[in-house]
Amino acid sequence: MKMISKKSLNGFINYGIIIVLFIIFQSLLSTKHLSSSLSGQLVPICAYVVMALSLNLVVGFSGELSLGHAGFMSIGAFAGVIASTALSGSVTSGGFRLLIAIIVGAIFAALAGVVIGIPVLRLRGDYLAIVTLAFGEIIKNVMNCMYIGVDSNGLHFSIQDANSMGMEPTGTIIVNGPMGALGIKKLSTFLAGTILILITLFIIQNLVNSRSGRAIAGIRDNRIAAEACGIQITKYKLMAFVVSAALAGSAGALYALNYSTVVPKKFDFNTSILVLVFVVLGGIGNLRGSIIAAIVLTVLPELLREFQDYRMLVYAIVLIVVMIVTNNEKASAFIKGIFNKKSKEVA
Amino acid sequence: MLSYLINGISLGSVYAIIALGYTMVYGIAKMLNFAHGDVIMIGGYMAFCSSSYLGWPPIICVLFSIVVCTVLGIIIEKLAYKPLRAASSLAVLITAIGVSYFLQNAALLIWSSNPKAFPNLINLPSLQIGGTQISAVALITIAACIVIMIVLTLFTNKTKMGKAMRAVSEDKGAAQLMGINVNGTISLTFAIGSGLAAIAGVLLCTAYPTLMPTTGAMPGIKAFTAAVFGGIGSIPGAMIGGILLGIIEIFAKAYISTQLSDAIVFAVLIIVLIVKPTGLLGKKIAEKV
Repeated sequence: MKMISKKSLNGFINYGIIIVLFIIFQSLLSTKHLSSSLSGQLVPICAYVVMALSLNLVVGFSGELSLGHAGFMSIGAFAGVIASTALSGSVTSGGFRLLIAIIVGAIFAALAGVVIGIPVLRLRGDYLAIVTLAFGEIIKNVMNCMYIGVDSNGLHFSIQDANSMGMEPTGTIIVNGPMGALGIKKLSTFLAGTILILITLFIIQNLVNSRSGRAIAGIRDNRIAAEACGIQITKYKLMAFVVSAALAGSAGALYALNYSTVVPKKFDFNTSILVLVFVVLGGIGNLRGSIIAAIVLTVLPELLREFQDYRMLVYAIVLIVVMIVTNNEKASAFIKGIFNKKSKEVA
Repeated sequence: MLSYLINGISLGSVYAIIALGYTMVYGIAKMLNFAHGDVIMIGGYMAFCSSSYLGWPPIICVLFSIVVCTVLGIIIEKLAYKPLRAASSLAVLITAIGVSYFLQNAALLIWSSNPKAFPNLINLPSLQIGGTQISAVALITIAACIVIMIVLTLFTNKTKMGKAMRAVSEDKGAAQLMGINVNGTISLTFAIGSGLAAIAGVLLCTAYPTLMPTTGAMPGIKAFTAAVFGGIGSIPGAMIGGILLGIIEIFAKAYISTQLSDAIVFAVLIIVLIVKPTGLLGKKIAEKV
């Protein structure tokens, strides 16, 4: 009998968790046990899980802090929306159009990843973090003044206003500057989101456990030693960065096609930080942790609804307390002491 | 042209004062204090409250705001950052983000999200130089920035506490062995940084008189890039970075595009970092093999 290695077993458990969660939520949804606000959150949760997984590839496995991941999500979102709206006449099947939109989103985000990655990955540590932040802000800013429309002649672009695109009167405006993309046909489904998560997991787990993945982790652990072993630093760092960007782009397309309007402001610094919080709280380099943290932290504000105004305050306090408890020896020893006492009392 | 330059230097001075707080805290605690921008916002609200509700004279308002922010800075450091002294920098970063969320939402609860009109604390006539008008606020901002720069440089270079500060930022362990109170020094740095944030908050709100719970976020990020621009950890670097950033921003707004000005500022930052990877005045990091 063939032995299954621990690593691939771990991977299969991750797929299993996603599928089980999908079945649970789907059955809750079909038996109407899910509140309307929570069922509206299902696709965004999927998008955030993919974002968290993709950022974990950069932060956890490549060891680079990226503060501008929402920028890739933004590019993917708008590229996906444009593709889906432009093809609405020629491709009638909604599912197929969603697939094309996600692929287009991923491709454009990957291109941005290459453009950004080449200069960024020369830098190190906090300087790298700040440049990714800067790129995220630039993408948001440029998206804010983009006007894109489509008519029978094809796509039109402008960075001034909607009228200067020179479209035929029958054309439709897809992206309207700061107003964002309007009139999006809702294509994303929970099933599509789940499949995207599974594909993301498949890509990342296979990359991490491949020769390239070991090279990436080697660079993270000791750059000089890795270089001395003949590993091309730039190539592997860029590989992790671009794959991560492409996945973030696909998450963006999934996210955008779940709403009727999407504004560029949605994908700002706060979104980047939110995803980073998922990764860090879930455990850096731990894929399962990222999945769980993304789900729990997206649902948590919904569950805190009874606190109403105080819920974001509570969220902030939870964040600080969790970080201190998990990272401070005294605090974690104190918590362990309480639990040990309890278990002794029970015994 | 001249008025743009003065405006740019004035805005840059505000960025420089904020960036000083970032750079000092980074130098000593090796952490990116993302809550710094929100301390600015609290400083603005404190001056607003003491002036609009209590009717105190402007100088007292500013002093009150500085005191509150200084105390706030020390409390944040003691409660949130001190337990994480030994933790990874990412954990501290996330905690700082948590503190930032906390301050923003606390402000949202106390003062609501409606923008408040900031009272004019500096009521002086504007100056005429060769046909260009220069507002008193701009001049006072620039003057405040120069004074702070001189005082801080003297403080870190001449006083015993300043020496302790530099020692701790160089090597915590060795500093402790020399009998320096490391925790006290770090608290002091946070206190100074937060006090500066209060001044920056008042100046910022006087120049752009709308006050919201998110007022501090964008200047915070920009000042942070200014600190990196000049070489993070370096006090003159923060000053130069801040002022350059302000000038670039105002000129980009005036001559290129209002909407794209932020993108231009960040693009310049990226180009600088690609050419000089540790900022304009940053130390070169020697690497042990």
